[in-house]
Amino acid sequence: MSLDLEIIGIGVLWTFLFGYVLIASIDFGAGFFHAYSEFTNQHHILTTIIQRYLSPVWEVTNVFLVFFFVGMVGFFPKTAFYYGTTLLVPVSIAIILLAIRGSYYAFETYGNPSHKGYAFMYGVAGLLLPAALSIVLTISEGGFIVMEDGTPNLEYWTLFTSPLTWSIVVLSVSALLYISAVFLTWYADQANDTAATNLLRRYALIWALPTIITAGGIIYELRYHNPEHYERLLNLWWMFALSFLLFIGTVWLIWKRKNYGTAFWLLVGQFTLAFYGYGISHYPYLLYPYLTLYDGFTNEAMAIALIVVFLAGLALLIPSLYLLLKLFLFNKDYVSGKSKQEH
Amino acid sequence: MINESAVHYSRILTELTLSFHIIYATLGVGVPLMIMLAHWVGIKKKDEHYILLARRWTRGFVITVAIGVVTGTAIGLQLTLLWPNFMELAGNVISLPLFMETFAFFFEAIFLGIYLYTWDRFENQQKHLLLLIPVAIGASFSAVFITIVNAFMNAPQGFDIANGELVNVNPLKAMFNPAMPTKVAHVVGTAYMTSAFVLASIAAFRLVKGSNHIYHKKALFLTMKVGLIFSLTSLIVGDLSGKYLAEYQPEKLAAAEWHFETEEGAPLILFGTLDSNGEVDYAIKIPYALSILAHGSPFAEVIGLDQFLKEETPPLYIHYLFDVMVSIGMLMIAVSLVFVVGRIFKWSIVDSKWFHRLLVLGGPLSVVAMEAGWWLAEVGRQPWILRGIMRTEEGATTSNQVDLMLLLFCVLYIILGIGSIVILTRMFRKNPVEKELEDREGEVKL
Repeated sequence: MSLDLEIIGIGVLWTFLFGYVLIASIDFGAGFFHAYSEFTNQHHILTTIIQRYLSPVWEVTNVFLVFFFVGMVGFFPKTAFYYGTTLLVPVSIAIILLAIRGSYYAFETYGNPSHKGYAFMYGVAGLLLPAALSIVLTISEGGFIVMEDGTPNLEYWTLFTSPLTWSIVVLSVSALLYISAVFLTWYADQANDTAATNLLRRYALIWALPTIITAGGIIYELRYHNPEHYERLLNLWWMFALSFLLFIGTVWLIWKRKNYGTAFWLLVGQFTLAFYGYGISHYPYLLYPYLTLYDGFTNEAMAIALIVVFLAGLALLIPSLYLLLKLFLFNKDYVSGKSKQEH
Repeated sequence: MINESAVHYSRILTELTLSFHIIYATLGVGVPLMIMLAHWVGIKKKDEHYILLARRWTRGFVITVAIGVVTGTAIGLQLTLLWPNFMELAGNVISLPLFMETFAFFFEAIFLGIYLYTWDRFENQQKHLLLLIPVAIGASFSAVFITIVNAFMNAPQGFDIANGELVNVNPLKAMFNPAMPTKVAHVVGTAYMTSAFVLASIAAFRLVKGSNHIYHKKALFLTMKVGLIFSLTSLIVGDLSGKYLAEYQPEKLAAAEWHFETEEGAPLILFGTLDSNGEVDYAIKIPYALSILAHGSPFAEVIGLDQFLKEETPPLYIHYLFDVMVSIGMLMIAVSLVFVVGRIFKWSIVDSKWFHRLLVLGGPLSVVAMEAGWWLAEVGRQPWILRGIMRTEEGATTSNQVDLMLLLFCVLYIILGIGSIVILTRMFRKNPVEKELEDREGEVKL
């Protein structure tokens, strides 16, 4: 494949989706651990760490998702026709869950003494969300959409009884808990909060195994579900092999209780390789077998305009994001609660 | 393939989501400007009250932003879920402003987070003020870009049509369409106006409730001044919008004004009702005013509904929406003018209880006017989703589950609406300004 506008377009979008997957995982996982600690009477250990991380970034997380779907319709308007029609129910449910999480977070943080029921909803919503959203990835593998009278229809029964669907759901949930735990271990360690570090380290080790097992399982299932895709996955075997090595590295560091920062960056590397490996092997289909990158692409003038705006936007965003990270994530005084904070 | 009931429910769901979203979105556009002004005045006058004002507004603002963000995400996705055929066609053209809107929003989100969590980390309040500039700019520009999308739907241009697809797209020409200048100016201006009057009604409410604190009086004066300025600009832009409609969308103007026959020296019909024979009762007729509104000359010809096919004109009830919007706008200009002038010349009437009560009503009324204005604009372009190109029913989804989704979203918005009101009132009841000033005694350095 040559580097044409279509590839740049999907590359940009895939990167934003990856950004969303990464930071939303941390966010959703944090919500779950927070709720879980409430019910096991350990919340005094985790609450401050999680609140301190989540407060300044919750709004930003959402934007990555908006970016992805706005860009998707922009670069590939035909996806609106196929995915828009068929995804009404799962995506509406996802929107409602997102709304519950987002508003609850603001209500709780700025207005209200904490309430167990809310914390529970918040945690559960965070686990259901990846399930609702990962349906899109499942559907893109083909076999679940049937065309009738020129309009696409989603076959719910086939979808809900497919092992592929459930493997992807399990992977998304366990991966998010794993990513989140590794990140928060590092964050708690920076805050010199030993109790929280130990608890989160345990979570990280618990969720590592199901993550890697389901990831392998999905590759195996694709062999039967979509052999064409499976072939292309095999051609990229080295990306997945490298990803697996990085996974081993993360787990080893966490096991040995050292260099949590490096462990997290190895994890980022692991997921980057796996995510892009999966994405590249999906080429050229956006929706197998109906829609490819090429027949769904917008006109050239719009594609160029979008890319120009994207670059200009990045020039604005990267320094701003850097400032945000510097002030809240990589600022020792803030993380450990030394700097005076009030809102 | 058109699914009638899906079209029907898609319309209702979109209307519901947007009507709910714009309350929070409008505050999201206007309030950052007000916070920035208060913060700036506080620094300039070295007056702690204004700094506290900025701070308290910000705290409430976070709640409204949260609802604005989640409902904005909802409508963003619903565009594709409920109107997939429309997005497939128009996505080729409107994605640029949509994309830019997300950037503006991104920018705002980042700096709002920083602003919120650095109140006491900056020794220098001036540096802290700088953080508000990107917040206010981001907020206003997301309104600008999203309104451009809407303007395009009213006045599509910048492409050719070949085999049912939009080709030869010129993204800039599409963005700078004829509807864009008046729409953007009106939306941004009225958002500032509405936010100012909403904040004014909070201050007035405290005064009605018996507080006599100078803090509330300062807040009221500041917000009413801003409200006056932007209600006047809204009036001017509203007039220009009328001229735009006469030129480019005469059927909308004619339906809104109940202007049935094309004529010169057309009168403007205010209020009134329409009986079952299509006759206008109880209306106030202002001779020549419609010609002036439409073309700036009392004798100009204004196109009436007789020039259009019945199935290409919007429903006539939009006249009531027009009346509501304009009457409230005029009332607010009068009220804020009396208040500001009265304050300057120290008239006692502006400090009376009944006048404060009127000001309490000002905020909710402005929100009503804003809703009425949007319904007028949106229903007024029926039957088109893309005026002159695609009818609304052709753009809708064919899915059979829209009614169920409508129900789910109804429940969601009820929860969010009640939740936000409860939290906001509790937040400020528990911590009145008198208490907070006491707590902060000696803490603030300016």
